[in-house]
Amino acid sequence: MAEIQIKKVAKQFGDYQALHDINLTIADQEFMVLLGASGCGKSTLLRIIAGLETATTGEVWIGGRRVDHLSPKDRGIAMVFQNYAVFPHLTVFENIGFGLRMQKLPNDEVTRRVERTATLMHIEQLLKRYSGELSGGQRQRVAVARALAMEPDVILMDEPLSNLDALLRMEMRAELKGVLADSNTTAIYVTHDQVEAMSMADRISVMHEGKIVQAASPIAVYRDPAAEFVASFIGNPPMNFLNATPAGTGKWAVAGQEFDGPQTGATALQFAIRPEDMQLGDSGLTATARVVEPLGAHLLVTCDLDGNSFRAVLDSDLTVRPGDKLTLAPQPDRVRWFDPETTLAVA
Amino acid sequence: MNARTLPYILILPVTLFLCVFFLYPFVLVAQLAFTKGAGFTMDNFREVVTYWKFPISLKNTLLLAALVVPIQLALSLLMATMVTKMKRGRDMVLYIWTIPLGISDLAAGIIWLAIFEQSGFLNSMMNGLGLIEGPVNFLSYQNPVIIFVAIALAEIWRATAIMLVILVAGIGLIPKEYYEAAEVFGASPWKRFLRITLPMLRPSLQTALILRVVLAFEVFAVVAALGGTLFPVLMGEIYSYQFDLLNSNGAAALALIVLAFSIGFTLIILRILRVPKGATI
Amino acid sequence: MTDVATNATATASTRKAGHYVYAASVFLLCAWILVPLYFLLINTLSSPEEVNSFPKSFIPAFNLGSLTFFAGFEGMMSALKNSVVVAVMTMVLSIIIGAPAGYALSRFDFRGKELFRLLILLTRAFPLPLLALPLAVLFIQTGLDDTAFGLALVHTTLAIPFAVLITFSLFSGIPVELEEAAWTLGCNRFTAFTKVILPLVLPGITASAIFAFVISWNEVFAAAVLTIENRTLPAFLLQTLGEAPLHLKFAGGFILVVPALIFIFAVRKYLFAMWGIANR
Repeated sequence: MAEIQIKKVAKQFGDYQALHDINLTIADQEFMVLLGASGCGKSTLLRIIAGLETATTGEVWIGGRRVDHLSPKDRGIAMVFQNYAVFPHLTVFENIGFGLRMQKLPNDEVTRRVERTATLMHIEQLLKRYSGELSGGQRQRVAVARALAMEPDVILMDEPLSNLDALLRMEMRAELKGVLADSNTTAIYVTHDQVEAMSMADRISVMHEGKIVQAASPIAVYRDPAAEFVASFIGNPPMNFLNATPAGTGKWAVAGQEFDGPQTGATALQFAIRPEDMQLGDSGLTATARVVEPLGAHLLVTCDLDGNSFRAVLDSDLTVRPGDKLTLAPQPDRVRWFDPETTLAVA
Repeated sequence: MNARTLPYILILPVTLFLCVFFLYPFVLVAQLAFTKGAGFTMDNFREVVTYWKFPISLKNTLLLAALVVPIQLALSLLMATMVTKMKRGRDMVLYIWTIPLGISDLAAGIIWLAIFEQSGFLNSMMNGLGLIEGPVNFLSYQNPVIIFVAIALAEIWRATAIMLVILVAGIGLIPKEYYEAAEVFGASPWKRFLRITLPMLRPSLQTALILRVVLAFEVFAVVAALGGTLFPVLMGEIYSYQFDLLNSNGAAALALIVLAFSIGFTLIILRILRVPKGATI
Repeated sequence: MTDVATNATATASTRKAGHYVYAASVFLLCAWILVPLYFLLINTLSSPEEVNSFPKSFIPAFNLGSLTFFAGFEGMMSALKNSVVVAVMTMVLSIIIGAPAGYALSRFDFRGKELFRLLILLTRAFPLPLLALPLAVLFIQTGLDDTAFGLALVHTTLAIPFAVLITFSLFSGIPVELEEAAWTLGCNRFTAFTKVILPLVLPGITASAIFAFVISWNEVFAAAVLTIENRTLPAFLLQTLGEAPLHLKFAGGFILVVPALIFIFAVRKYLFAMWGIANR
């Protein structure tokens, strides 16, 4: 059982508050991604779980045990670092077996585990080499194998793919997801890349300025963002936002058009819709196309809509030219509303 | 976690050691210099400064430094720039040029003694070239200038490497792009040296000069080997106060005077060669 | 058109001349360093009579007379032994005391860090041999006077700033991530240090140890002040400078020089990386 519980964790560095009141429960064998921009606190949170930093206040529980006073080696965790941290003076075999030797496991067990994880990560032919002879991608595989060989309860990964080139990153992403799905480990993965997060996670915790803004499944985070930050961070191109003014009970005026919306007494709301949830239609929002990008799989049109910049993703077969007047109809069930003051979603 | 106390534990040995073997003796020297028998007095300083050997040993030390340090600065700058351009053989040349680093000042004095002494190699060479009939006693009291030159040569030979190492490391830190940019904008090699290399070398020049000047005041064994008592210098006088005159108060007072000079020149160099904040690489 | 061509050849030949001047200067400067050493070699490998004769030949006679005289001279071999003993002690002490401080400086941010660095730098600005004077009295009181250990303590004071600064730059070159990885793999602070950091810094630490050895081996003033019976080689040579015969001085100089030469050759790679940077 490797459920992780983070209770009221806060972290201060001098005057700077890196983490505010973090509460999170990660289920056994769940793949949790901590997603956010640089400086949001995601790596700090991971390091606190690992034991490489101590929280200023709060508790960390792993597998039903309180661990915040324990050193990393006693927490049942294994970690993969952003710069791999493969030991330069040891061979790949000795690297992968390092933790096992520290546990004083018998030689044949060490060999068995090393060879198994090396084969899993497709580096079995590199066992006698030193890290200086390996490429970045190979070193990353060694780092992952080294963590997996420990057969840990929890595996922690701090932006492990960010130093790889784009193609390699895509391949490793799929590989990692497969390998970790097969092992019975709880995984916590830190990244700033939302594509990685969406593709690999069981649940994503979107972090911003030291707080968790939303912790939900990828599709929930995509379809039902809990706050404007999540809405604009997830999805590429990002969500469109327009001002909405009341036009009756449950009705809102957006750029001259009327839409059904939440019944609240608010004086203003933010109307939000994703570019890919727009279609050309007979009725809807009127916009003038400014930039047309034919991306092959679809057409990305940036428009002027009522003085705002507005993006729509349209069928690639359509012909749109800059200056064209377009009528864009949003898919009604995909429209989202946000309170402009609290930035939170409104039902 | 003991991550809070650990750094202090780690620096404790060094701090203790330096307190006992550096700060404490320093206090003792100050004490010795400012007392005589009982209370506080400036007598030791007065005595030391009025001793007939003081002006001449001060003059000699300063003169030697004034001659040797600029020459070494220019020479080491030249050697450092030459070495940066080298490709093949760079390692070997660098090793040869830094050999003097490992040579004690006494040994350096002895080496140049082999050249300058009466049956030495300079005499042999001049004799071989037909310039002189018999050996000339270069290092006698009749030739104070020659003694000075011999000591200066030995010092230049010995201590240029100290500055060279610092300057080579400093030049190595200057990114090539700056030179390339200057070249594109039309700067000649000499201009590039003057406008790019020298200014960016300021921190290293500072360090090298301070080190060299402090060491210049400590010059002792080279002089002893080549000039003996014929060329008094401050450090030699301190030694003689302690062991010949058996006057440790005097030795201490003179030591503090040497220290004052070192600190004084250090401050001057820091001022002249100061680097504006943010103007470093 | 011909002007351009002649200009081109003119610059080509000036460039060639420039190359020759450059190569010649490099050669001259190397000779400037090596020739005096060669002279010392000649004298060392000549018989005592040849050393004192005039004019000198420029080829060594390969006579071991001077060296055997040196070895047999009263007190010389024990002076040599003392030098070795003191230098080894200095080497060991400066690393044991200095390396932990270098590690602390590179890994931790603690209050008083700047003050500590200042203390280290201060020791370099001060003419350290002068401290031997009051220490002479202190040593008499504590019985360390005229002992190898006492002198080693003073030499360690000389060598410690280098040891701290060099180990500081060594440890700083090793990413913290490597230690952190070791901590997640079952190591505590100490085992992470011995299994991961130490193997990686060992060459550098060896180099700085050798450097401490050379500093002690060459030191003259403090050795002359603090030892009477148990003199080190430089102190011994200094003392006998006045009366000693020439061939003794030269043989002694040679013995002083050779180990240092070998050591500097062994650590030359590190010399620039460390000394240059450590001095900033």
